[in-house]
Amino acid sequence: MFKIINQRFQQGYRTMQYPAGELPQLPDRYRGLPVIDSTKCPEGCAKCAAACPTDAIKIDDGVKMDLGRCLFCTDCLDACPEGAIGYSQDFRMATRHRDDLLTDGRALELAAALDAKSLRIFGRSLQLRQVSAGGCNACEADINVLSTLVFDLGRFGIKIVASPRHADGVIVTGPVTANMKLALEKTWAGIPRPKFVIAVGACAISGGPFAGHDEQHNGCDSVLPVDLYIPGCPPHPLTILDGILRMLGRIEAGK
Amino acid sequence: MTAVTECVETTNGQAIPLVDVPVVSLETLRQTLQEQLGPPRSVLSALFGVPNRSGSLRIYAVTSSPITQRISICACDVEQRYPALTGDVTQAHWFERELAEQWGVVPAGHPWLKPIRFHSSYDERFDAWGRAVGDQILPCVQPAGTDYFKVHGDEIHEVAVGPVHAGVIEPGHFRFQCHGERVFTLEIELGYQHRGIERKLVGGPDKRTLHYMETLAGDTSIGHATAYAQAIEGLSGVDPPMRGLAIRALALELERLANHTGDLGALAGDVGFLPTLSYCGRLRGDFLNASGLLCGSRFGRGLVRPGGVAFDIDSEMCQQLLTRIAGAHRDVNGAVDLLWSAASVLSRFEVTGTVPTDTSQALGLVGMAARAAGIDRDIRRDFPTGFAPQAAIPISTWPAGDVYGRAWVRHQEIKRACEFLLEQLPQLPPGPIRLESGPLQRSSIVVSLVEAWRGEICHVAITGDDSRFAHYKVIDPSFHNWIGLAMSLRDQQISDFPLCNKSFNLSYCGHDL
Repeated sequence: MFKIINQRFQQGYRTMQYPAGELPQLPDRYRGLPVIDSTKCPEGCAKCAAACPTDAIKIDDGVKMDLGRCLFCTDCLDACPEGAIGYSQDFRMATRHRDDLLTDGRALELAAALDAKSLRIFGRSLQLRQVSAGGCNACEADINVLSTLVFDLGRFGIKIVASPRHADGVIVTGPVTANMKLALEKTWAGIPRPKFVIAVGACAISGGPFAGHDEQHNGCDSVLPVDLYIPGCPPHPLTILDGILRMLGRIEAGK
Repeated sequence: MTAVTECVETTNGQAIPLVDVPVVSLETLRQTLQEQLGPPRSVLSALFGVPNRSGSLRIYAVTSSPITQRISICACDVEQRYPALTGDVTQAHWFERELAEQWGVVPAGHPWLKPIRFHSSYDERFDAWGRAVGDQILPCVQPAGTDYFKVHGDEIHEVAVGPVHAGVIEPGHFRFQCHGERVFTLEIELGYQHRGIERKLVGGPDKRTLHYMETLAGDTSIGHATAYAQAIEGLSGVDPPMRGLAIRALALELERLANHTGDLGALAGDVGFLPTLSYCGRLRGDFLNASGLLCGSRFGRGLVRPGGVAFDIDSEMCQQLLTRIAGAHRDVNGAVDLLWSAASVLSRFEVTGTVPTDTSQALGLVGMAARAAGIDRDIRRDFPTGFAPQAAIPISTWPAGDVYGRAWVRHQEIKRACEFLLEQLPQLPPGPIRLESGPLQRSSIVVSLVEAWRGEICHVAITGDDSRFAHYKVIDPSFHNWIGLAMSLRDQQISDFPLCNKSFNLSYCGHDL
């Protein structure tokens, strides 16, 4: 018992302040919201688009990136002769609409809060069921980590639950494999209304690196109506937390 | 007994011409495998099929023995139906099910011939279960090939769990045959995560290949990317600079640290011991964040490249890493030592989920789970590549094969990985971090082994006469070890399933590919 109490002092207080206080600082090499400067692009160059493993980049009057497909890798950076693409440390990237993930370097239209009625129901207590439908266990790990004492989802009244009957919504990872489609549909059917869907990671949004394979469905919105898109491969836990809190109106628009 | 060995021998990551692989008769293959897998600690690292132009299937068998430190390869052509190896070579049991599913061959006499991933045959002409082309194939929900073990008798009941589980975890189906609380058998059915990666690797490498490697099993991104990089380096004859190899070795240990720490926390949670659960949840993140500091991704994505690594460590980052790892090392030891002094934890861990040494050996279990059953086998020591010969990490074993053993070995591996990082970071070899790898040798084969945190990863790449992948085989450690989890539940209480499951913590997507 003494050892346990001693450790309690040793281990300290570790829960982060976010969303209160200053924005948390992520490492210099962290690859967050892309920075695009199409004025640097040489005429006719499309090396970034050719290098992109998931065809997330289109050249159409400048560089257009689809964050829903982006793996946040360095292939486009390495291919670009002019340094027209880079990554910022900004982890805030969740949106309510698929089209809002298309960017040419301007600020994203970040996720707006639910309507007033939904906020009254979910705003202070939200139970989520998680379904991995072909996820590689990276998105799953970074959702799991939200329940640790560092992020402490519990302080917002948010909880991952063990049955669809207890849930207000489903949080989906993976491209939706052919072998998981039925289980995902059944989980959705088991959740009482009103309910919503959160798609986490490039796979759940677009199929990610598996897009186009016959064994999967190119993401969650081919099966369920998605209400919140959280891009990344995997998204940083802060990106996921930020997205959910915005949808719940716990972070004001413009912050 | 006269030796029948007819194999070509190679070493880890060393490419050899494909024509050097002897093609033997099935009986010779059977005897060779029996002979090679006889000595303790030998593992059937791979057994897979590649179609011949003539229409038959060529089976390649790769064995690895720590005693000789050699990797042996031989091949055998089989027709659509052949007498199964499994009866004589137990370790082949899961591989032959995979062969049947992928190519439609029937290993006649296999004791339990079921699909393992639930997809249609790669060869439209053949299906091992007589299913027609275009038939919908789903796990669990149609009769063909999906019988489960059955136990009959009074008061026997069956428990079905999954594919979706209670927590945030990948999907899989578990079928228990129970008498009251007591489990007679557990059967594990996977395939829900099948994304069709192996077929897409053929014809590569291309711009997606490395990303497939990093997402085969996302918690083992460094492990699989390293196995792939080693294979490419072997095939292109590139010797990566020592600094790049050292950074790779550090990243592999960071991956081990993060996962082992998380697992010890989760094991504590499964026996209701909350202090260690809470602390390890945070500490796992500290190790992931160290990877994030190194390459921008908490899972090490973007770091490993054929020919070396993409990110260097400067002196300032080295200091930061040292400070963070020293702090996390101290705190993990503090948190985990609580387990070893709590009687309530020990009584749940000890003699729970035991897989004895002989069973583990017969089934060919690998990695931490095998070492926890007294099998002294570790790729880092037995088949060293890259930086491993420069700085050996001591191997940790425990004889019992129970949950306690799997927890204890994890803790020892955490200590030794931290000591390795703290020792090596200040004295990284100087020089460049990466060399460009050139074109791949034609018509060659390479076997690449890596001791990732769960255990042995095996990649086998075969190039065609166009220097591209004619075949690429991935074997995640989970492929060997899922049967170990099933065995660990025999004669256990069903309420101990979460604990046993977490003590293995196997990958679903790494198996399903």
